[in-house]
Amino acid sequence: MTNISTPTGRQASIERTRRVRDGLRRRHLHEALFKGFGLAAIIAALGFVAILFTDVLIKGIPAFTQANLHLEATFDPAIIDVGPAPVRTAGQSDADFRAASLGWQRDVALLNWNKVVEASLRAAAPAGFEIDSRQILTVAETNARHVLREMFVNDPSLLGQTIKVDLLASANADNWVKGNIDRELGDAQQQLSAPARALIDIFEENGTISMGFAWSIFTNVDSRAAPASAGLAGAFMGSLFMMVIVILLAVPIGVASAIYLEEFAPKSRLTDLIEVNINNLAAVPSIVFGLLGAAVFINYFKLPLSAPLAGGLVLTLMTLPTIIIATRGALQGVSPALRQAALGMGASKTQMVFHHVLPVTFPSILTATIIGVAQALGETAPLLLIGMNAFVASIPATPLDQATALPVQIYLWQANENRNFFEARTSAAILVLLGFMILLNAIAILLRTRLERRA
Amino acid sequence: MDMLAGKVKMTQQSVNNGMNPTDMLERPIRLHAKDVTVHYGAKQALFGISIDIPDRAVTSFIGPSGCGKSTFLRCINRMNDTIEGAKVRGLIELDGEDIYDPALDVVELRARIGMVFQKPNPFPKSIYENVAYGPKIHGLARSKSDLDEIVVSSLRKAGLFEEVKDRLNEPGTGLSGGQQQRLCIARAIAVGPEVILMDEPCSALDPIATAIIEELIDELRENFTIVIVTHSMQQAARVSQKTAFFHLGKLIEEGVTEDIFTNPVNKQTQDYIMGRIG
Ligand SMILES: Nc1ncnc2c1ncn2[C@@H]1O[C@H](COP(=O)(O)OP(=O)(O)OP(=O)(O)O)[C@@H](O)[C@H]1O
Ligand SMILES: [Mg+2]
Repeated sequence: MTNISTPTGRQASIERTRRVRDGLRRRHLHEALFKGFGLAAIIAALGFVAILFTDVLIKGIPAFTQANLHLEATFDPAIIDVGPAPVRTAGQSDADFRAASLGWQRDVALLNWNKVVEASLRAAAPAGFEIDSRQILTVAETNARHVLREMFVNDPSLLGQTIKVDLLASANADNWVKGNIDRELGDAQQQLSAPARALIDIFEENGTISMGFAWSIFTNVDSRAAPASAGLAGAFMGSLFMMVIVILLAVPIGVASAIYLEEFAPKSRLTDLIEVNINNLAAVPSIVFGLLGAAVFINYFKLPLSAPLAGGLVLTLMTLPTIIIATRGALQGVSPALRQAALGMGASKTQMVFHHVLPVTFPSILTATIIGVAQALGETAPLLLIGMNAFVASIPATPLDQATALPVQIYLWQANENRNFFEARTSAAILVLLGFMILLNAIAILLRTRLERRA
Repeated sequence: MDMLAGKVKMTQQSVNNGMNPTDMLERPIRLHAKDVTVHYGAKQALFGISIDIPDRAVTSFIGPSGCGKSTFLRCINRMNDTIEGAKVRGLIELDGEDIYDPALDVVELRARIGMVFQKPNPFPKSIYENVAYGPKIHGLARSKSDLDEIVVSSLRKAGLFEEVKDRLNEPGTGLSGGQQQRLCIARAIAVGPEVILMDEPCSALDPIATAIIEELIDELRENFTIVIVTHSMQQAARVSQKTAFFHLGKLIEEGVTEDIFTNPVNKQTQDYIMGRIG
């Protein structure tokens, strides 16, 4: 060792300090560079997210309002030319009565309800406005006739009366009112005829058309014939069923497998093999799980096509590796000191796991699980392979009914040929899906902070 | 180097802490080990250890780092079972009963032989829960008031009660290092073990906390058989009545603490005590 107090020692010390100082500049430079890269990466990531969100918001928010028609509909006996609704007579059997009313309903359905729609539209138009039947009907959504017919079937006493009704304007009319259509385009390129466009402008001025909140997005199922009435209710229920199935199956199976593999399984070739395979499963493209689901659940177990049950099972398979890996990671992170403390007190292995290890890992297991479930909810590809992209015109009541899912609905809508209208609907659906995800994550964060505070 | 030897010499006056050596040797044997060897995989860590540990006295294991003190301590409550690849051979008896007998339940054994670790490791639960945990899992308390009593008396015995009596429901991890270690001791004695193993219980503590724990160990000796691993020869001299010196996986010398420190027979023991092996 050199002695610092001797002259040579002091020189060596000065030399040493100089070297450290030289190196220091380089070290600080490296640190500044690294920090700069990190910051730039974060700014870029946030920038992309911001662009994505603004785009979706700008496109999607207008879809939450929709053009409505406020009309006076007359249930004109001249058009509604059916006998009175059958009334149950004394001594008539149940079956007879049902047959009679079904017959009457069929007669009602065979009537040309478009005439009622047309009459009520004309009633709102200025006197003498020139427009033909086909053109004027393009102002209201095509389901208007069903809405009026339903009203009449439910209340036959409406015959001969004139009442106020709110009907959806057609998708094209909605676009015209929202200014999504270039007014300068020639007639040949317009989807609405010139008289129809003029009439819509008049309606907008005299208050027959107004913008209202688009409840149909939340209450209606998808519709192709009447795009303005297309909604997410069916897809939402489909997704909800699948989420419940995934939570009920993937969470207990995944967490239990992880606990077994991590805490109890003897280290052997077999467990190593299982571990490698689980890790690989997590990297398998989701569409492959769809193929597997189609082969196993649909072809072999004969589950109905397009059913949320089949979809939920496929998503469960897909989510399992994620949950197992995340749970194992959390278990591995528990300090050996805690395990020793528990075992040293004479706790059995099971007691150690359930009394000490799981409580401290619970928040991270929960977070991982919810992220896994959220991922599954956003999955589209495997669902396409088990037929969940079928057009379903009713809200599924059980997990065995046909259904679509939110992401599949987004996929279907964005491919719809009525681009002008469905671009906004697609973004609106994305917003609903994102809202659902944010809700799930918020629940995760809430539970997590709750549990962490309690621990 | 000479300074250290001087220090040891100074403490030699404090050796023989209230128990006279012959008294100690007459005590019944609680633990008996014969030809204990341990392998970690292919590596042999202990070579034929044979030792008797007397009832209600403090026995200390000393020796340079890596000589196998912790390994041997972990054989006594079978904590080595939890280490992947560890293989223990030989005989260890607690009151004449083979603790490696396949018919014996490890869980029961660990209720009879408690352990305090080098780094304080209270459960991330309340102070009360920490102490109550052992009695709960072993079913020692018949009622809530029983349990309360065990918790309070264990905390008292560990000399911690006065400091924590107003915050029994606060997390045990919020205590100071020394308090945490006493909490771990309270947790161990709450089960009413016969033997308490301590692996360098003071190595993470400051001198004052160390002194408090040493005093505590001295008190506990009346009711428990204590085995302590320590790197501090002064500590071994202060708290233990019997000392065993390990070196390179072998038990070199064992005997009454006073004899080992004042009159070591073996040259290696002498070197270690003089600070020449470290
Ligand atoms: N879990 C383990 N796996 C493999 N080898 C181990 C393990 N634990 C201890 N050993 C080895 O066994 C030998 C004895 O270790 P041990 O921990 O018993 O020493 P020690 O005397 O307690 O040392 P220290 O005073 O540093 O705590 C060492 O060579 C060590 O490397
Ligand atoms: Mg050790």
